[in-house]
Amino acid sequence: MDTLVQYLQYLVNGLTLGAIYALIALGYTMVYGILKFINFAHGDILMIGAYTGLFTYTALLGESTNAAWMLIAFFIAMLVSMAFCALLGMFIERVAYKPLRNANRLAPLLSAIGVSFILSNGAAWLFGAQSRRFPYPFDDTPIMLGGISITPHQILTVVVSVIMMVVLTLFVNRSRMGKAMRATSLDQATSELMGIDVNRIISMTFAIGSALAAVGGILSAFDFRVYASMGTMTGLKAFVAAVIGGIGNIQGAMLGGVILGVLESIGAPLLHIPSALKDTIAFAVLIVILLVKPDGILGKNEREKV
Amino acid sequence: MLNFFQLIIIYAGIYALMAIGQNCITGNTGMLSLCHAGFYCIGSYVTAIICKTMGLPFWFSLPVAAVAAGLVGFLIGVPTLRLKGDYLCIATLGLGEIIRNIATNVNPVGINSVPRAALFGYQFSSRNKLTFILLIWFFVMIAYVLFRQLAHSRIGRAMIAVREDEVAAQSNGINVTKYKIGAFTLGAAIGGVAGCFATAYTLTVSPGSYTFMVSVMVLCMVVLGGMGNLKGVILGAFIIEFISYFPQLVGLSSVIPAQASQVLYGLVLVIMMICRPQGILGRDRYRYGSQVKKGARKAAGAKEA
Amino acid sequence: MRILEAQGVSRIFGGVVAVNNVDFNVEKGLVNGLIGPNGAGKTTLFNQITGMDKPTSGKIIFDGKDITGLPAWKISRLGVARTFQNIRLYGDLTVIENVMMGLHFKVGADPFKGRFVQAVKSYFNAGRENRELYARALEWLEFFELDGLRDEEAHNLPYGNQRELEIARALAADPKVLFLDEPAAGMNPAETAHLMHIIERIRDKGVTVVLIEHDMKLVMNICDNITVLSFGQKIAEGTPEEIRSNPQVIEAYLGREED
Repeated sequence: MDTLVQYLQYLVNGLTLGAIYALIALGYTMVYGILKFINFAHGDILMIGAYTGLFTYTALLGESTNAAWMLIAFFIAMLVSMAFCALLGMFIERVAYKPLRNANRLAPLLSAIGVSFILSNGAAWLFGAQSRRFPYPFDDTPIMLGGISITPHQILTVVVSVIMMVVLTLFVNRSRMGKAMRATSLDQATSELMGIDVNRIISMTFAIGSALAAVGGILSAFDFRVYASMGTMTGLKAFVAAVIGGIGNIQGAMLGGVILGVLESIGAPLLHIPSALKDTIAFAVLIVILLVKPDGILGKNEREKV
Repeated sequence: MLNFFQLIIIYAGIYALMAIGQNCITGNTGMLSLCHAGFYCIGSYVTAIICKTMGLPFWFSLPVAAVAAGLVGFLIGVPTLRLKGDYLCIATLGLGEIIRNIATNVNPVGINSVPRAALFGYQFSSRNKLTFILLIWFFVMIAYVLFRQLAHSRIGRAMIAVREDEVAAQSNGINVTKYKIGAFTLGAAIGGVAGCFATAYTLTVSPGSYTFMVSVMVLCMVVLGGMGNLKGVILGAFIIEFISYFPQLVGLSSVIPAQASQVLYGLVLVIMMICRPQGILGRDRYRYGSQVKKGARKAAGAKEA
Repeated sequence: MRILEAQGVSRIFGGVVAVNNVDFNVEKGLVNGLIGPNGAGKTTLFNQITGMDKPTSGKIIFDGKDITGLPAWKISRLGVARTFQNIRLYGDLTVIENVMMGLHFKVGADPFKGRFVQAVKSYFNAGRENRELYARALEWLEFFELDGLRDEEAHNLPYGNQRELEIARALAADPKVLFLDEPAAGMNPAETAHLMHIIERIRDKGVTVVLIEHDMKLVMNICDNITVLSFGQKIAEGTPEEIRSNPQVIEAYLGREED
């Protein structure tokens, strides 16, 4: 019985982690869907998001300890961070990727690695190497549910992620812009002929993906703190999540994120491997998925046309 | 000052070896791999273990390091090289991290005071940098000659064909998978050799020094100098090492932190991709028909047009 | 005499039947045409035969050997060469290097055939091998009158020359059968006429040619026999005259007339 409770606890933790991966994975998947390239710098955008959120939050809060204001300040900080990252994402796309749209496939990937390096090392330079705690905007005493402890920040994480994903799904499926986005990912040339401003759509995709990454960054900061290289591993794992779900597929990214979060949380105790090797699970899963079903769970089979 | 120059030349040599290996994988065969730090790590550890734990001479560890790194490259390559560009990049990145992860778990403190390499009783020590420069660059020259011959052979041309178009390469009777695995193994092996020399110079290994950053630096060298161009790759190694030691060289290491040079690597990658994707020296142009005079060729071309 | 036979070949992508139980015969020494409206499954059939893709069912016999499901590189070494609908040259290599690639397995020891020693030999003999490859590649360029462009990078060539170069590269391997996938696509009438002349010369060299083409004038003038595909199925085969007057073929191309 005890072990069951324990595993339920892992499941809860895994779902929280999975929600964060899902948010970040969306950015990878949306960009891949349209431009067919991996935005390596996406992980570092989440780091920038976490820093922006942290600085805005502490600035807004000042000395105040008013509970309501703490919560409001937190959400304002989140919005500011989303806006900032959206602009940053658009800027990066404009400067580092757009000139390479017709180059060979390696070029934008290398450029993205470069951007990632600039962001993470630039942050280490500006903000120092030490990690910072992201203060909880509320009392984070765990709620006990039959032996399983659920903390308010876990609830916040899941609620915010679910809202974001629902809004995104509605946006992509219902709005004109979302439809244009899907059209562009299906066939860029034809969309252009249909009068869709492809450049604007790509810009928009980067903006949305980066804003979601900012949220993911802030939410992950509760558990993992804020530091310059925080985005590297989380970003990579979110990418793995996107691949599991089927890269280019929005629902796939959400599903993949949750699956990876749960696997990572349950996998180490289940397989009795030291938690220091937890990161290896994600990569092992990645390699297995790529070899067994490279198009992911929900992905479509895409072949190179001969 | 002179000391730092010598240091740059030594590290440029070690990294030039790595870059030659990366060039074989990325420059010639077109596979974007990001785990050269892992091969470097393996080479370093193998050397440290053979020289210190087993007490065997350095010259014995050199081939073993190459074989060990090559073997790991082969084992990594067989499952992952089926993947296309971006996927391969991520998978190799993950595997590089796994190698470091394992090294950190097995040996968190590293290995210190490895015995020096010796040749006919002469010991190569870091105090006498000049002889070490001769040693390392002798091997860089050997690697250069060997890989140049490879690039200009039938096998090397087939590797380039794989880079240019895998489907067409198959239709020309090239077993793409074998060439990819072969190139990857070879590149990994030379990365192991670089690790071997790094240990011989510093006489220590620590798992913290084989990060993803090292792989990116090596990739930078290849991109900067010119993918597939061995001279360019060696030039790239010089430039990157120079950037990395520049603060110390001008005595400003307290003002300019290490991150600054890493930001610079990032900028180098982005700017090169946008402005000169073929690298400083560009592609290696080997004229098989060197007997054909340039003027005659132009005239013939004009007639054809 | 049949040099190559596809027997009941089908290829299903997901739910789409791209090629449906097709028998396709290639007669030795002739120019064999394969025509059909867009999406009829011509290129898919080519891909099954040349090993770029595996058939869902059916058999492919080449020169008396069953080659079904062999990897493309092995099939090409047996003597099946091809060109591609969307030209696939080695863009960064020079014109002559492209042809040298076509000769890859024709010169010296055969590297990477499980014989490490041979690969090492090839490595050390690179200079001699290169001279031989160069000389032989040059002959092919002269055949196509491309020798003046030998040191140009392939991607800088005009479109028509790129098509010719791709054929030269395929021919350099001295194949028994040459598959050409829409070689005249995008060519002007003069270039097409030149192409026709080239195909005739290839046939006269004793190489069997299989031609996918939409240019009916070219097909009708040059092909000795024609197979017609429509929606993945073979609807007709015969001489150009027979095909020209076949009502099913006319229907496939022009659609049924409403009464």
